[in-house]
Amino acid sequence: MPDMHSPIAILLLSLFAGAIRVSTPYLFVSLGECLTEKGGRVNLGLEGILVSGAMSGYAGAFLTGSPWAGVLIAGIAGLLLGCLHGLVCSLPRVSDIAFGIALMLLGTGLAFYLGKPFIEPQAPMLPFIDLGMWTSSPQLHNALHINLLFVIGVALAFVLQWGLRNTRWGMVLRLVGDHAETARAMGYPLTSVRIAATAVGGVFAGIGGAYLSLVYPGSWNEGLSSGQGLMAVALVIFARWQPLRCLWAALLFGAAGALGPALQAIGVTSGYYLYNAAPYVLTLAIMIVNCRPDRTLAGAPGELSLTR
Amino acid sequence: MRPNAPAARVILSLLPALPTALAVVGTLLLFSLFLLVQGQPALDAIGLIFEGAFGSSFAWQSTLLRAAPLMLTALCVALPAQVGLIVIGGEGALALGGMCAAIVPQILPHGTPWLVATPLMAVAGMLAGGVWIGAVGALRQWRGVNETISSLLMSYIAIALFKHLVEGPLRDPASLNKPSTYPVPDAMMVGSIPGLDTHWGLFWGVMACLAAWVFVKFSTKGFAMRVVGGSHRAARLVGLPVNLLALTACILGGAAAGLAGMFEVAAVQGSANASLLAGYGYAGILVAFAARQNPLAIIACALMIGGIEASGSLLQRRLDLPDATTLVLQGLLFANLLAWEALGGRIAAWRVKLQAVAQTDLPVQLEQTHA
Repeated sequence: MPDMHSPIAILLLSLFAGAIRVSTPYLFVSLGECLTEKGGRVNLGLEGILVSGAMSGYAGAFLTGSPWAGVLIAGIAGLLLGCLHGLVCSLPRVSDIAFGIALMLLGTGLAFYLGKPFIEPQAPMLPFIDLGMWTSSPQLHNALHINLLFVIGVALAFVLQWGLRNTRWGMVLRLVGDHAETARAMGYPLTSVRIAATAVGGVFAGIGGAYLSLVYPGSWNEGLSSGQGLMAVALVIFARWQPLRCLWAALLFGAAGALGPALQAIGVTSGYYLYNAAPYVLTLAIMIVNCRPDRTLAGAPGELSLTR
Repeated sequence: MRPNAPAARVILSLLPALPTALAVVGTLLLFSLFLLVQGQPALDAIGLIFEGAFGSSFAWQSTLLRAAPLMLTALCVALPAQVGLIVIGGEGALALGGMCAAIVPQILPHGTPWLVATPLMAVAGMLAGGVWIGAVGALRQWRGVNETISSLLMSYIAIALFKHLVEGPLRDPASLNKPSTYPVPDAMMVGSIPGLDTHWGLFWGVMACLAAWVFVKFSTKGFAMRVVGGSHRAARLVGLPVNLLALTACILGGAAAGLAGMFEVAAVQGSANASLLAGYGYAGILVAFAARQNPLAIIACALMIGGIEASGSLLQRRLDLPDATTLVLQGLLFANLLAWEALGGRIAAWRVKLQAVAQTDLPVQLEQTHA
């Protein structure tokens, strides 16, 4: 048995635990964004939806007494805001990127406004699954407390990966996103498909927000999100619009996000803010490495304004 | 009813403002609805917003204090927008600009006259902001990295750097409760405009907007930038240095945001600290979109958004509404502004019709004056 008390082991263990704990919001938002972008639109407003989901999920769990009702309510909030983005961007001359920025502001504003009464009270949290019964190390045991939402997210990634390739719905969505003219010629309702994709993407982002307030960090306050919703957009580019790769990328981002607290746990406290910026630096580095000015990225939906 | 020529000309000149005007009306309706649903007095609230923004000399002072940095951070969005880039990282450029400006007095020898020191602080702030947003432009043009995402990431990184330096290496040990850099000496602080209770940053903000407007509308470089914004491919075909123009627009925008940070430090806060991160960079995005990226219109829109933000405390005191109320109002305004853009096609059609009316009647009018 390796020494579980050496700083390196503790660091790696907290990174591993962090990867699972911190990655879930990234996972849900990136799957939502992946779905939206497969239809040919970008929704930068998922950051606003994430915060709205966190607030409404927490409020829902507190008012009904059931955390799962909170998750449902967060999903509905995401659905409404996703529909708003989908509908307004279907109007002529409305830029999806610009409206995403507006939705970021609107969603955050609504969440802060309506969430004021819920900062103090304690809502019931989502339960954990204990996978660490076999180990004697308390740290490892702690790391293996896995939340059901994470498991659902992983399953969702597999389902989407399969569904986009093997179902009629998935094929239509990809066709609409890759070549609108062909889709129109074949008689598919372009606008409705895109609105539906944005709305479902909103549901995922809302649930990702509920994880923030109902699992980890597990409370509602105005500084809850640190830009995960926006980083998820970059994460989707890194994952080349593949749901399964979104899963691995989300785990990587989760580990990067856990770097600051993990280093603090072993006594490195000097550059706290700098280590906390690790996910941003990682995202930027990934985009610099992956993007090319002269061609669109492999796997990018053809109708996407983001990569042109 | 067919409008006559003078009326057509008046309508024609007001036409570009129509979507913005409709968006403001739509926003106020939705905002009233939002408050009425909760049983709040909507009309009182809207009245209070106007009162809190422009109702008294104190309100005006508070509005102008916010409008000054907003004009500069809005330029950080509007200038890159001329070349077709959506840059939303003004907050980070403001923070770094403020921090670099705050370092300058530490480096200068003791007793440097303000006439040297203050411009140097401004240059330091502009350099920091220009480099930061310039990097975003360079990544876009030479690496194809989406500028909207990268500018926000760069902004987050800048804010982390700012917090690290202000609370660590650059911290004044005397600042106990609120970590700050060493204070700017009183002699180097920027004072108030005579007759107004507002610092000179407002004057320079207006000047920057005017200069940007002249540059964009009347200079060859500005025209070239708008060609790039219209179509990268067309600009390349006529041999314009597309990459260089885009980079210049980003550097100028970043410099404006950096200057905003310098004034926040040298005229308001007195040192670089967390109060600098008041969201001016984000609100500047809204200002620029409300002004439809026109530098001249930014002056008016900065007053409007500055006024909305200034009215927050009055809403809180009188109606007990949360401080996020102004954030909801801004979000609604932003969404409305973009949604009413959909009218653009109709407006273009109306413009053609009105132009026809205005021109066909022109000779008739001349004949009348001759007679």
